[in-house]
Amino acid sequence: MNLWLVLAGNSIAFGGLLFLLSAGFSLIFGLMRIPNLTHGSLFMLGAYFGASLIAWGFGFWPAAIAAGIGVAILGGLIERLLLRRLPGAELAQVLVTLGLSFMIADLCLMGWGGDPIEIATPPALRGATLISTAAFPTYRLAVIAVAVVIAVGLWVLLDRTRLGAMIRAGVDDPAMARVVGIRVSRLFTIVFCLGAGLAGFAGVIGGPILSVYPGLDQDMLPLALVVVILGGSGSLVGSFVGSFVVGFLYNFGQAMLPELAYVVLFLPMLVVLVLRPQGLFGRAAA
Amino acid sequence: MRRLALALSFVVLASLPFWVANDYYINIAAQILLYAVFALGLNVLVGYGGLVSLGHAGLFGIAAYAGAIFINGGAGHLLAVFGALVVTVATAAVFAVLALRGTGLGFVMITVALGQILWGVAYRWISITNGDNGVSIATRPSPFGLSLANAAGFYWATVLVFLAAVGTIAIFVGSPFGASLRGTRDQPRRMNALGYHVWMIRFLAFLFSGLWSGVAGMLFLYYNQFVSPQVVALGASAEALLMVIAGGTATLLGPVTGAALVVIMKNVASAYIARWNLVLGAIFVVIVIFMPEGLVPGSVRLWGWAAARFYPRQGEPGPSARQQSGA
Repeated sequence: MNLWLVLAGNSIAFGGLLFLLSAGFSLIFGLMRIPNLTHGSLFMLGAYFGASLIAWGFGFWPAAIAAGIGVAILGGLIERLLLRRLPGAELAQVLVTLGLSFMIADLCLMGWGGDPIEIATPPALRGATLISTAAFPTYRLAVIAVAVVIAVGLWVLLDRTRLGAMIRAGVDDPAMARVVGIRVSRLFTIVFCLGAGLAGFAGVIGGPILSVYPGLDQDMLPLALVVVILGGSGSLVGSFVGSFVVGFLYNFGQAMLPELAYVVLFLPMLVVLVLRPQGLFGRAAA
Repeated sequence: MRRLALALSFVVLASLPFWVANDYYINIAAQILLYAVFALGLNVLVGYGGLVSLGHAGLFGIAAYAGAIFINGGAGHLLAVFGALVVTVATAAVFAVLALRGTGLGFVMITVALGQILWGVAYRWISITNGDNGVSIATRPSPFGLSLANAAGFYWATVLVFLAAVGTIAIFVGSPFGASLRGTRDQPRRMNALGYHVWMIRFLAFLFSGLWSGVAGMLFLYYNQFVSPQVVALGASAEALLMVIAGGTATLLGPVTGAALVVIMKNVASAYIARWNLVLGAIFVVIVIFMPEGLVPGSVRLWGWAAARFYPRQGEPGPSARQQSGA
C-alpha cells in the first residue's frame, strides 16, 4: 500500500513540475498560436544555467531564479529578433523554434558535455517527511508547494490584473484586442519571456529529481505537448489539470508498464483528440 | 529540350558507378536517392497538400523496423518488404485519422506527438525493438540473382526505386486527384462546396505519402542493414522536412535537391565538425527566415534584391526592381 502512496506522491510532484513547464507553453500557444518547440530546450538550458550557478557558489533558490531570468531574457530575444520577423506566418515560426531547439541542444552539448550533471537538493529540504504512514521526500513536497504558489500567482496575474485582462483578450480574439488599442505584439514578447522564464526556472527546480543531461529537452517537450493537447491551449486550469493527469500517467506507466510507458502516456491524449479536439478546458477554435 | 534534359540526367544517374570509381561516393549517391524518395513522399503532403507533418520519420522508421523484424523472424525478403509496406500504410492510416482532426498547427502538433509515440516504442519496447541498441539484419536481398551486397549493385537498385517514385509521384501530381489535392490546400472550403470530399482526399494523400516514406525506410534498412531509435526521432522528421522546404515545396526537383543538400552537408560537416545538429538548426532558421520559398527560387530572389539594392540601374528605383524579381 505504501508503494502506491509514494508513487502517487511522486506523480503529484512531477505534475507540479510539469505545470511550471507547460503553463508558459500553453500561454504562448494560446496567444501566439504557435507550439513553441524550443520549450524543452529552454527547460534544459535553465537547468544547465542553474547547475553552473550552483557550482559557482550560488544558493539553490537564487540560482533557480537567476536561471529563470536568464532564460526569460533569451526567450525575449528569440521573440524579438526571430519570430517577430515572421508576423502571421505561424508555420514558419514553428520551424524556426524547431531549428533553434537543435542549435540550443548542440550548444549545451558543447558547453556542458555529454555527462549528466546532478543538481544537489538544497540542504534544508533533504531527507523525508512522514505523511501518515508514508515517508515522503521533503524536496518533492517543496516542489508541489512551489507549483501551487506559482499557479496561484499566475491566476492572480491573469485574472486580477490589467495585464492579465489584456492577455486574455489577446488569447480570445487578437484582432479585436488590437482594435480596442491593446498592443498585442508587446504582449507576445511579455508572454514569451514569462513562459521561457518559467521553463528555465522549472529546469532548475526539476534538477534534483531529473538531473540534467543531453536529451532532457526531447524528453520534456512531448510532455508539455501532451499537457496542452489534453488541457486545451491558453487555459491555465487546463494546463494545471493536464499536468497532474500526465504526472500520474507518466509515473504509474513507468512503474507498471515500463516498456509501454510512452503508449500509456499518449493514448489518453489521442482519445481526447478524437472526442474533444480543443482539449478538456479549451474553447473551440474560432 | 525538356526530354533531352530528362534523358541526360537518366544517363548520368545510371552510369554513375562507371565514372565514379570510389565506393564512398557511390554510397553517398545511394543515400541521396534514398532520402530523395523519402522527401518526395513527404512533399506530397507538405507541398501539394499543405499539411506539414513532423512525424514522418515514424513512418520511415516503422517500415525499417517492421522489415528488420520480419527478416529476423525468418521471412523472405519479398515477404518482408511487402509486410513492412503493409504495416507502414496501416500506420499511416492511423496517423492520418488522428492527425486530420486538425489542420495547420493542430496537424503539426499531432504528428509530432504521434512520431514521439513511435520513438518511445522503439526506444523502450526492448523485447521487440532491442531498445537503444537497435536491430540489425544479416544480408541484403538478391532479386533475380543480382547481388546488392556491393555499393554499385545497391546504387542501381536505389536508382530504380527512385525512378519509380519520381514517376508515380509525377503521375499522381498531374492527375485530377493531384489537382484536387492542391485544391484542398488552397481553398478547402470552396472544394467542399464544390462537392469534393476534402477529408478523404487528404487521407488518401497521407497514405500515398506514407507508402513512399515506407519504401524509403526499407531502402534505409537495406543500406545500413541496421535500424535504431534515432531513425524515428523528431530530429529525423525535421531533417526530412528541411529537405522538402530547403529545395522548394510542391515541386518534383525541390525535394531531390534538398535531399542532396542535406546528405552532402551532413557528410561534409561530419568530416570537419562534430556539430551537425548546430549546422542543421542554423540552416533551418536561415532558410525559413530568408528564403521561405526554398533554396533555388530563394537565392534567385535574394540575388535580384541584392543586385537592385547595390547596383541600381538608371531610372529604375530599388523597391520596384525588388518587387519584379520577387514576383
